[in-house]
Amino acid sequence: MTQKRHPLFIPLIFVGGLIFGFGLGFSHMARPEVVLNFLQFEDFGLLFVMGGAAVVTGIAFALVPRLFDRAPLTGNIYGRRLKAFDRNVLIGGTIFGVGWGLSGICPGAAYASLGVGNVTILWALAGMFVGAYMQGYWRSQRARTKTQATNTD
Amino acid sequence: MVTELELFAPALYESLFPAGISRYAVGGLLVGLGAVGIYLGTGISAGASTFLESTLSYVSDQSRFQRYISSRDWRVVFTLGIIAGAFVYAVTFQSGVVSSGLYESGATGQVYDVGGITLWLTDVQPWRLFLGGILVGIGTRIGKGCTSGHGVCGVGSASKTSIVGVITFLTVAIGTAQVVMALGVSP
Repeated sequence: MTQKRHPLFIPLIFVGGLIFGFGLGFSHMARPEVVLNFLQFEDFGLLFVMGGAAVVTGIAFALVPRLFDRAPLTGNIYGRRLKAFDRNVLIGGTIFGVGWGLSGICPGAAYASLGVGNVTILWALAGMFVGAYMQGYWRSQRARTKTQATNTD
Repeated sequence: MVTELELFAPALYESLFPAGISRYAVGGLLVGLGAVGIYLGTGISAGASTFLESTLSYVSDQSRFQRYISSRDWRVVFTLGIIAGAFVYAVTFQSGVVSSGLYESGATGQVYDVGGITLWLTDVQPWRLFLGGILVGIGTRIGKGCTSGHGVCGVGSASKTSIVGVITFLTVAIGTAQVVMALGVSP
């Protein structure tokens, strides 16, 4: 991101978040009970939330890069969301899965849950920050040890 | 929204989708639309869980969080947008001020009233939310994404990494929720 941003950059992020959050509220994915009912095979409707969203992004991510070169507000080249595969995807996915199955809440849905009035979700949000801090602390320490080891070689 | 399944096998449809599918499908389309709006304007595939680490960079100087300094301000705005959007839903559909044949209200949790606005509270116990939240915080950041980053933007990008990520966390979450239910933990 460059120092000078387009004046519409922040407003667009807000409006995008607004539609995103409204959708999470409307679909009831912001309610842990509904997610747990899905994971316990009592209501499969939630498949349509992830599926519906992925269809929309799938069409946009396939078409937009062919039609246009650069995003108007940032000058970024349109690309797809591709991340390298390694062991971490499986390890992290497993830990996330245990947490999601226990609590019925994921990050985006937790923010939306706060918006529908669910102050109890602050427990989950506090937990998410604690967890994100713990892994950040470990990884920062490990990176430091690695640098020191290389320096003494 | 009437599907073929609903017409020809109403009992099966009712057991698979007791709340219908329209509120889920409409909500999902809007989630996708929000992500696409941001992508069209900025080229960014936004995910929700990076906000956790990028916001920690305001208060922690751990080296891991420093990579998010340049994006931390707009990630706060994205999260505030999500909260505000869900609140707009609360004052309209959740409060019954606006209704639609596509919206099914449901009976989960508790509702309470503040100044004429119907708000909602979960019955899921705080220890489950807190402990689960810690694991979500660790797992999404190590696993390179959550339900929105991998599930919506990654799958929409036909990324093999994201598809494997989603299959992993979905399978493990189903197993965990089934075990928790079998142990008699409710809500």
